[in-house]
Amino acid sequence: MLSLYVPGDSFVHRIPAGTKLALLFAGSIALFAISNIPLHVGELLAIVGLFYIARLPWRATLRQLRTALFFMVPIFLFHVFLTDWVLGLETVLRILALLLFAVLVTLTTKLSDMIDVLERAFRPLAYLGINPSKISMMLSMVIRFIPLMMREAQEILEAQRARGLDRNAIAVLVPLLIKTLKMADDLSDAIDARGYDAETVVPIWRRVH
Amino acid sequence: MIEVSNVNHRFGERHVLRDINLSIGERRVGVIGANGSGKSTFVRLLNGLLIPDEGAVAVDGIDTRQDVKAVRRKVGFVFQNPDNQIVFPIVEEDIEFGLKNLKLPKDEIARRVDSILGRYRLEHLRESAAHLLSGGEKQMLAISSVLVMEPQYVVFDEPMTLLDLRNKKLVLDTIQTIEQSVILVTHDLDHLHDFERVIVFDRGEIVADGLPESVIQYYTRAMT
Repeated sequence: MLSLYVPGDSFVHRIPAGTKLALLFAGSIALFAISNIPLHVGELLAIVGLFYIARLPWRATLRQLRTALFFMVPIFLFHVFLTDWVLGLETVLRILALLLFAVLVTLTTKLSDMIDVLERAFRPLAYLGINPSKISMMLSMVIRFIPLMMREAQEILEAQRARGLDRNAIAVLVPLLIKTLKMADDLSDAIDARGYDAETVVPIWRRVH
Repeated sequence: MIEVSNVNHRFGERHVLRDINLSIGERRVGVIGANGSGKSTFVRLLNGLLIPDEGAVAVDGIDTRQDVKAVRRKVGFVFQNPDNQIVFPIVEEDIEFGLKNLKLPKDEIARRVDSILGRYRLEHLRESAAHLLSGGEKQMLAISSVLVMEPQYVVFDEPMTLLDLRNKKLVLDTIQTIEQSVILVTHDLDHLHDFERVIVFDRGEIVADGLPESVIQYYTRAMT
């Protein structure tokens, strides 16, 4: 599961989810609005400091950043050859700071707390007839399903290998799709059985006053 | 009391439940039958996961067609595969999910979560990732997530099928000791000897209903 949350009781863990997400949002705008390399280095160091305060395991952090870090090299080289290395350095610093900040928020915030914040943030969409509760539940289900699907895909691959079939995308995708739909059906029953009830939302133009 | 009156249900052309009439007032009821006999469909009617095509199901006088939310507050449901019923990634969050749906105040949610984690010795797993738990721990989490909502009846749909012997015993002990009325769907006839009543389904019909000893004998003869 994208179970990124690392339990803890640090100062960073205790910051409310809404505040962390608002800071992430504001920080990401500021990072790209302001052009100043020493400032970006300072931000990066501050975020690293927060990782230390939150006592987060470096291995889990690096695992999440592995793919992104891989892309930093071509981004920097692209700037070195086509623009200038200073801009390349600044771009890489910005992306790294933003990524680390996002990872920090994810590792120190429970999914249910984030979903609660998103549900509140999406509330104005109810005027358009879009149900904020359903959107937040949908996001949570996406996160819930990714690891399940990965495990199912692995099982299908192993079953096929055991019968002598080597890599074949279609042969994996079709049973995976069927299994995923079945899982979705079961999970929706479980959600209903535990009393989930997304309130009915009526768009503003259909409301009777 | 759960009352099922003149229930018929179809999936497309397939008639999966035929003329089901019964009342359940006992505290321990077993439901058995071959695969595809209609027992899982039957128990899904009891908390409104399915609404019958014909007939009615009422829990303590509340019809599932009239107020399914109230029925679901009364009847908890534990499924066979815990992986498909754990909604949130962290143990504590998953237990909180049903309580938030009941719109309980925060301090009551915290009190109930503490209590259920303590009662089923899951306290050390409070902040663990649910997908990393063992099969038995996952099923205990699923059961705790239902029991924490304090339903009056709990339906268990083959909850021990995917478990090893030790975890089967753990789940069975839990089922036997909870104070709620239990409706247990199972293929394990040994689990039902202490029950007050056993119901046998065959091709969508109730073919036996009574005390465990005689019903299990009938079922064993019919299946062999």
